[in-house]
Amino acid sequence: MPARFTFGGDEHLFVECSDEMSLEAFFKSLSMAKGVRESAIRGITEICPANASFQIKFDPDLIKPDDLLREVKAIEGAAEKAEPVMTTRIVEIPVFYNDPWTHETLMRFRERHQEPTGTDLDYAARINGYDAVKDFISAHAGSPWFVSMVGFVAGLPFMYQMVERQRQIEVPKYLRPRTDTPRLTVGHGGCFGCIYSVRGAGGYQMFGITPMPIFDPTQSTSYLRDFMVFFRPGDIVKFRPIDRDGYDQAVEDVDKGRFAPPIYEVSFDLRQYQADIDGYNAKLEGALHGH
Amino acid sequence: MAIKVLHHGLSTTVQDLGRPGYFHLGIPVGGAMDRYAMRAANRLVGNDEGAAGLEAVFMGPKLEFLDDALIAVTGADLPVRIDGELRPGWTALKVRAGQTVSFDFLKSGARICIAVSGGIDVPEALGSRSTYVIGALGGYKGRAIAAGDELPVGAGPMASEGKSVAEELRRQPGMPAELRVLPGLYWDRLTEAAKSNFFADQWKVAPEADRMGYRFRGGRKLEFVERKQPFGAGSDPSNIVDSCYPYGSIQVPGGTEPIILHRDAVSGGGYFMLGTVISADMDLIAQLQPHTPTQFVEVTMDQALAARADRQTLLSRLRAALS
Repeated sequence: MPARFTFGGDEHLFVECSDEMSLEAFFKSLSMAKGVRESAIRGITEICPANASFQIKFDPDLIKPDDLLREVKAIEGAAEKAEPVMTTRIVEIPVFYNDPWTHETLMRFRERHQEPTGTDLDYAARINGYDAVKDFISAHAGSPWFVSMVGFVAGLPFMYQMVERQRQIEVPKYLRPRTDTPRLTVGHGGCFGCIYSVRGAGGYQMFGITPMPIFDPTQSTSYLRDFMVFFRPGDIVKFRPIDRDGYDQAVEDVDKGRFAPPIYEVSFDLRQYQADIDGYNAKLEGALHGH
Repeated sequence: MAIKVLHHGLSTTVQDLGRPGYFHLGIPVGGAMDRYAMRAANRLVGNDEGAAGLEAVFMGPKLEFLDDALIAVTGADLPVRIDGELRPGWTALKVRAGQTVSFDFLKSGARICIAVSGGIDVPEALGSRSTYVIGALGGYKGRAIAAGDELPVGAGPMASEGKSVAEELRRQPGMPAELRVLPGLYWDRLTEAAKSNFFADQWKVAPEADRMGYRFRGGRKLEFVERKQPFGAGSDPSNIVDSCYPYGSIQVPGGTEPIILHRDAVSGGGYFMLGTVISADMDLIAQLQPHTPTQFVEVTMDQALAARADRQTLLSRLRAALS
């Protein structure tokens, strides 16, 4: 599908590689965004990759919008031919599913939900065809996720689960967004999972919470000293379910500066992945377990 | 040099001209909502235009100056008093050590910028002193100021008092406010009737209007061209596969209430956008009070660029007048 180009006012060019989500669209968008960055076109001030699209901020005093459009369009062909391969990292993130804090919050905003009588997990499990919440949690934690966008608020990852489309978890967003979401809530909306990096408004269904901070403006968290934002597009995430004791222990470890998330460098090849999704995922996860 | 906060007003934050370069991580540019007013205030007191000042919305703070300073209050018409004495806005005013600066009720507009000679000297975070409250980043301890805070002030060239910005150089949104919009982004998702209704209807600023975004009510509900929703977007016709949001872009969740994203915008999400307020009019949004009648005016890219040039001319005149 050819990309769609449109202007956001006089300072933004918006490029939609596909109107539906897929890893192919993500790779094309990331590859075009990279091509734009490398081309160092005068007047471009920011490049923001998203799931299946990206946005360029530019200064129209330095480059005419039509000239920018022409230069970016010229990059599309090369991006389509680029190898869908990247070196990235896989990280294991503990999740306390069905925790008391998101539960308290979802009860507080129940009148904004599609199904006010149950919980977000009950609802998501049922509409995705799982008989029991525990089976749904197994599916959520059972396959890795690709970070396909970082944003919304500071450092929040949007994640796309690495399974066939039929197995993708899909849930609607809340009927009306909440005004509150606990920090580090693991949520889901449309086909995307997320981790809320800070406390605030949100519309995704809430499934659990992680003890692992992913944004720290004070940069005092042991693994965020170099930069306050943990995630980058292309990161691969594997969730590991933990219980209350595991959660409390991890929070204490974070506070004492001794929490170290397992992170390993891996290479990802979209074609190999597509040829054998489960086999490829098992190989990726192997990196987390030392083989 | 320091300023003691006696009362914070409604919400008063340290702001400069923002923190570009981190939107791809969800950290917005931030900075003064009304950049023109912040530039003018800084110029009046002899600062660089990018020095950090205070931005207050609807209600002014009450501040005790621990040292002599020159201040200027620009933007909304929120009458300023020094030790109780009424003083003019858009003017360089001398404040002596021990004096208190306070404000009357708001007369028009929504936000003031308070510049202090030397600038508010909080540490820079990612290249800016602007407060990004949601991220607890920048400004005074990453939050709005509160009673008891002591705001550090830099050493600065002390300009002379009395300098003032002429009436015709003070830019305000008008009544009803007019905001120029370049249609685009997901504009074609709307029916022809919905497209013309959006510009024909008069909208009003809703109470939910802040540094992240301004919501509007009162126009007709927008109707969408029928389609099968693309995979991953979500079932509502106003949903898209989550993408980046341009500053100034107008999203309309459910097709009912348009929201214009502003300086502290979320960087992306899953709602369609019909177009974008042009850069020349972003400052005007900052001065809209809730319930202000607002008309959206359709423009072309050429008109947007012409408006941008006009605004730069105005800024050049302001600089010339205050040099």
